[in-house]
Order: sequence, then structure tokens, then C-alpha cells
Amino acid sequence: MAILVIAEHENGAVAPATLNTVAAAAKIGGDIHVLVAGQGVGAVAQAAANIAGVSKVLVADNAAYAHQLPENVAPLVAQLIQEQGKAYSHVLAPATSNGKNILPRVAALLDVDQISEIISVESADTFKRPIYAGNAIATVQSSAAVKVITVRATGFDAVAAEGGSAAVEAVAAAHDAGKSAFVGEELAKSDRPELTAAKIVVSGGRGMQNGDNFKHLYALADKLGAGVGASRAAVDAGFVPNDMQVGQTGKIVAPQLYIAVGISGAIQHLAGMKDSKVIVAINKDEEAPIFQVADYGLVADLFEAVPELENLL
Amino acid sequence: MKVLVAVKRVVDYNVKVRVKADNSGVDLANVKMSMNPFCEIAVEEAVRLKEKGVATEIVVVTIGPSTAQEQLRTALALGADRAILVESAEELNSLAVAKLLKAVVDKEQPQLVILGKQAIDSDNNQTGQMLAALSGFAQGTFASKVEVAGDKVNVTREVDGGLQTVALNLPAIVTTDLRLNEPRYASLPNIMKAKKKPLETVTPDALGVSTASTTKTLKVEAPAARSAGIKVKSVAELVEKLKNEAKVI
Repeated sequence: MAILVIAEHENGAVAPATLNTVAAAAKIGGDIHVLVAGQGVGAVAQAAANIAGVSKVLVADNAAYAHQLPENVAPLVAQLIQEQGKAYSHVLAPATSNGKNILPRVAALLDVDQISEIISVESADTFKRPIYAGNAIATVQSSAAVKVITVRATGFDAVAAEGGSAAVEAVAAAHDAGKSAFVGEELAKSDRPELTAAKIVVSGGRGMQNGDNFKHLYALADKLGAGVGASRAAVDAGFVPNDMQVGQTGKIVAPQLYIAVGISGAIQHLAGMKDSKVIVAINKDEEAPIFQVADYGLVADLFEAVPELENLL
Repeated sequence: MKVLVAVKRVVDYNVKVRVKADNSGVDLANVKMSMNPFCEIAVEEAVRLKEKGVATEIVVVTIGPSTAQEQLRTALALGADRAILVESAEELNSLAVAKLLKAVVDKEQPQLVILGKQAIDSDNNQTGQMLAALSGFAQGTFASKVEVAGDKVNVTREVDGGLQTVALNLPAIVTTDLRLNEPRYASLPNIMKAKKKPLETVTPDALGVSTASTTKTLKVEAPAARSAGIKVKSVAELVEKLKNEAKVI
């Protein structure tokens, strides 16, 4: 019995969510193989081979897999599983936008259900996952021959990126469905820690009033070495780009410290951050629902409290 | 071209759901139900494509209990032309729903199928991708912009690091993200007119689809409650607590 983990990678490096996914695979138990699909991914494959606990790295290096179009990558994954007969009992991918895009397509090709965003492994066939924006936790059992699962990174501690020495094996298969093409991308540039991996996250909401005022949060974040997030209200109002949204439909974070500034605390926002270790809320409305989940609440005008907080650090 | 839109009846997004005492599921008795917010965005996009002259007919489909007719009527009031209810009393998982939708796609032969990116009850984010796999169509998930150009559709997608644009051959599957559009409200005259629009009911058996599942839910629990926090009086006190009590900075 072996587990296939689909690696998330960008700019020639293994993305951190891959390490959390390998950790979930280790909890299930069995040989862990990592698939690196892309174009010019030799360095990624080498990095994947160094991940602790990985026994084999499969590299599918082909122009068809550039940008990981699901029409091409999903048949590759399905073929690897079918080729190996009953060797793979599980296929895991991180619940990133790539993982969520590709894996259900794989599940349907294999004619099995998928279990999305697991937060714990109870046994090799039983998993826990949040439903209803995290307001309920379902324990789900699968009888599928191959269990297809996406992993919520914040549910598992990352394994070490070093210490492994897996064999690297090339996969020749090239699937080019010819149905889709990459046109372009517009990626946000930031020197701050990546939101989903940051130890401290500072988030702003509608209370920030405009995009310019986010400079107060950036200054605070830089002092703390924190990532900066936002509520949907701040994104919809155009204060900051979409990829900063924390919540049910944005990113799920669980940092050591989450500082919510000018965020009321709607159900959909809480879904993305309520597993943070310590939550601080700064809001002038003392009735705001965010105070119900905050460990430390400060009822104050954020435009006075945030600069003061920055000065005291 | 013909556009097929899939919608789902779910608990209203403002409702704070409660887990049943016997841990068999969440309590949906007497709870307000609505169209899934992402499905509203899907309907809106189809209506806009029709207003632009790109779409000629909008067919809206749902899979669920007979009460899901309400959500179909809502979609008809928003501008869909006709509706199909695949009636199933039991709760189906995404693969079964995708198989039923595939049967409807085979029958209706739409050029574009629009779904929401995820339903706010199961939070699965699977059905659109599974339908794309079963149909052999290209998929444009988490769409924030959709432009039909000839026999292709350009879809701008919300990805982790920003935005990505892909060109898909038609027919294709698109799943909507929040930023795609702002759904309109149904006007009273349109709600009245929607009552006269055709609504066809079929069963999974009639579509020849097995809805058997390989997963079962063993139990549903409330999440661990957070211990009550405290209110601090000043920024200085907050910093002191974070340093000495919580030890996180």
C-alpha cells in the first residue's frame, strides 16, 4: 500500500502546503510517493526527494503540464494510479487552488468520491473535515478502493523539508487534452510572509475605510514579521486584492497570533481563522461578534490603537 | 448558445447552524433555506451572457427534494428560461450530483455549464470539476471574469497568488467565484412571470444514473469551543498580555 501525494510547487520550489500534506500521508501510514508535474521541474523534484518520509518522487516533466492545467494533469494522475494496479490506496493533494482544481477531476476519472479539506486522520479510511463554514466537524469514512483526499494545511504540522533521500523516477506519460491553454497570469508581489504559512497574521476589514489606511497594518506587520490578510468586505471595497482574503471562500489560516483590525467577525470570516492559537480583536464596536472568539479584545479606534501598538513593539 | 446553470438549495448563509444532539447531522428543521450564494452568481452570469446576446437560452437545473423548486423559481425570476428538477429526497455527494448533471448535459447539449465554486453547506468544491471530467470538457474554476470569444471562452481565475487566465474550448464548465459579478434581485413582476415558465421534474432512475456512494458520514460534531477571552483596557496592557501571558510576540 502506497500513498501518492501531488506536490504543489511554484517558481522552482516546493510550496509549504506540500509538507503539511506529506504529514497527513504519514499519519495514514504507508510508502509515500510524491508526484511533481510541470515543465522544467528538475529542481523541484530534487527538493521533493529531500522531504522527510518520502520514499519515491515521480517526475512528469512536459510542456503539457506547465501551469498544471487540470485537463492534462488529471489524466496523468489517474493513469499512474490505474497503471500501478492496487498499489496506491490514497491520493492526496493540498487544498490549495491547484489541488482543489485538479483532484476532483481525478476522483471522477477514477469513479470515486473525494473527501475535501481533511483536518485530521482518524484511521486509514476515516477522516475529519469541517462543513457549514467550520460550524460542524464531520467524521467521514470511505470504502473507495482509492481514497482521493485534499488536505487542509493548517490541520497538520509540516514535515521537515530536509532529511529524506527518495529515489527520483521520470514518468514518460504525456497527456495533452488540447482543450485548454494558459493565457497569462497576474500574481500579487509581496515581501511579507505567505499568508497561509505566516506565524503571525494581521488582518483588516471594512473598518480600515480605504486601501491607503492599510499602510498602518503593513507597518505593524513588518514590525512583527507578519503576513497581512483581509476580510471580504475589505476586498470587495477594493482596499486590497482578492488573494489576501481570509475566510470560508478565501484562505484558511491558523497562525500563532491573528490580529483582526476593524473586522466585525462574520461566520464566513471566522471560518478562515478561528483555529488560530491566539486571536486579538481591535474594534470600536464592543458588540462586534469578533469579540466572542477573541482571546484579547480591545475596544478602541483602530487609527489610534494600531500606531500605538506599532510604537510599543 | 445554450447555457446550463446548476443551482443548489442550502441553508441560508446568515444562519448559524447547530449540530443535532445525536450527532447525526446539523439541525435543518425550520431553518431558512436559500439558493447557494455562488449559484446566484452563476445564474447572474448566464443572464448577463443572454443580455449581451451571447446566450440564447438558459436552462437551470437542481438536484434535491421537491422543495428545491423554490430555488428554481427564483432562478427563473432572475432570467432563466426553463428549469429541470432532478428529484431526490436523500442527500447526494458531489460525484452522484456530477453524474446526474452529466446525464442532463447529454440531453440538453449546452455549450457552457456554469456552477458555483462550492456549496456553503458541504464546502466540497468538487461538482464542477467532476462534471468536467465526466463530460470530457475543459474547466475554468473559481472564475472572476468570463469572456466568450468564438468557439472559446476566456476565463480569469482566482488562484492563491493572484489571477490566472485560461482559454477553454467550448463546450466548457465554469465555476464562479465571489468576484465574478453582483447578483441582481428578482422583481415582483418577474417573480409572477416565473410561475408560468416551464419546470420539468425527472428522477435519477429515469436518467439511468446510480447515486451509490463510497463514503458515509459517521458523525457530525460541534467544533471545539474556544475558551472565553478577556477585554483589555489599553494597548499597553494588550502588549503586556501578548508578551507575558500568551507569549506569542
